Amino acid sequence: MENITKNITEQEIWKLLEQVYDPEIPVLSVIDLGIIRDVKLNNEAIEVFITPTYSGCPAMDVISMNIRMALLQQGFTTIKITQKLSPAWTTDWMSDAGKEKLKSYGIAPPLSKSFDINYFENLTIECPLCHSINTKLISQFGSTSCKALYQCNDCKEPFDYFKCH
Amino acid sequence: MPGQHINHPHVQLFNYTLHLADNSLVMGHRLSEWTGHGPMLEQDIALTNIALDLIGQSRNFYQYAATLKGGSETEDTLAYLRDAREFRNLLITEIPNGDWAKTILKLFFFSTYQFYFYQKLMLSPDEQLAAIAEKSLKEVTYHVRWSSEWVIRLGDGTGESKRRINTSLEDVWPYTGEMFEMSDFCKIYLPDNEVNEIKKAWQQKVKDVFEEAMLTYPAEENVWMQTGGKNGIHSEHLGYILAEMQFLQRAYPGCEW
Repeated sequence: MENITKNITEQEIWKLLEQVYDPEIPVLSVIDLGIIRDVKLNNEAIEVFITPTYSGCPAMDVISMNIRMALLQQGFTTIKITQKLSPAWTTDWMSDAGKEKLKSYGIAPPLSKSFDINYFENLTIECPLCHSINTKLISQFGSTSCKALYQCNDCKEPFDYFKCH
Repeated sequence: MPGQHINHPHVQLFNYTLHLADNSLVMGHRLSEWTGHGPMLEQDIALTNIALDLIGQSRNFYQYAATLKGGSETEDTLAYLRDAREFRNLLITEIPNGDWAKTILKLFFFSTYQFYFYQKLMLSPDEQLAAIAEKSLKEVTYHVRWSSEWVIRLGDGTGESKRRINTSLEDVWPYTGEMFEMSDFCKIYLPDNEVNEIKKAWQQKVKDVFEEAMLTYPAEENVWMQTGGKNGIHSEHLGYILAEMQFLQRAYPGCEW
């Protein structure tokens, strides 16, 4: 195994991390989410810097473990995963490809406007199923920390909206 | 840190961080008691999400506190292996939930405090505390919004809802003074003028929401305020919370699942 890591570059690690998915929203990789801050390679030791999406998000622990597993499979033995809180993650860090994937998965992606303390959502959210913009907010809090619950007034389907943060 | 004087800056920073962690943990744990008991599914989920945010914030503070302490201290030993006297949370976080109106009102008071406090903490020269504040503020903004809407709905609702929130106001109000009270470990990190700014902003926000909710803002003079939490002097309620929360680690030390 030890030979495998020899010629791997940081760029290839980034590529590899595209295969590590969010356990709650399995269409999004950690790259799509924009939570990988940095990757540092030093011979056989590797350090990955990640930033949490939400303080209490239980997926973060699973994501850290999955990153570790992916690196172990590449033959790394000294793996450090460091959580970096600042600058705080916002939904703007999510890639455009990620937003498209969310939409086709049935979750309305966050609107591009990033969140600040003066920002209160009174937004037009498009139904990811029938694309109507005639939708209403059911609850600011949904099935996970990152989502709000909406309903489409036209097709009547309830749907998740990945809220701005 | 062992052997350092209680007024040593490093010890003060540790106590300050613990205070912030304990606030979020105890409030989060209290709110989590509503999980599965909310009046309707969406509101049950909302409170559970808020509880989760708070417990997540407390993890960040505990992790930092553990690095300050060093040795074998971890976020878990700090949360699960200290007794009530060592907790430094505000009393408002530990009082029982009561009915929906009381839960909403204490969450509104506490979240509004956190909302203005974190905006100050974000500017702290301590980078880690500033980072946790920056992260937490986004979440707290949603808590303030949600709880304000409910205060308005209850205050300007039916006779029954108005009666209940007014009764809750009498119960909860004496716990609001402690938020703006300084203790030794707070003084270094939060100068008097900043506390006053937080207090003013908090009062204004409460007044604005109360006006919309058709509630009377309590006269501030002659109200006796509860105190003690920051220095480890708690109500009997904290002991019950800890008994439930810490049971597993006390009965089966080091248990993981």
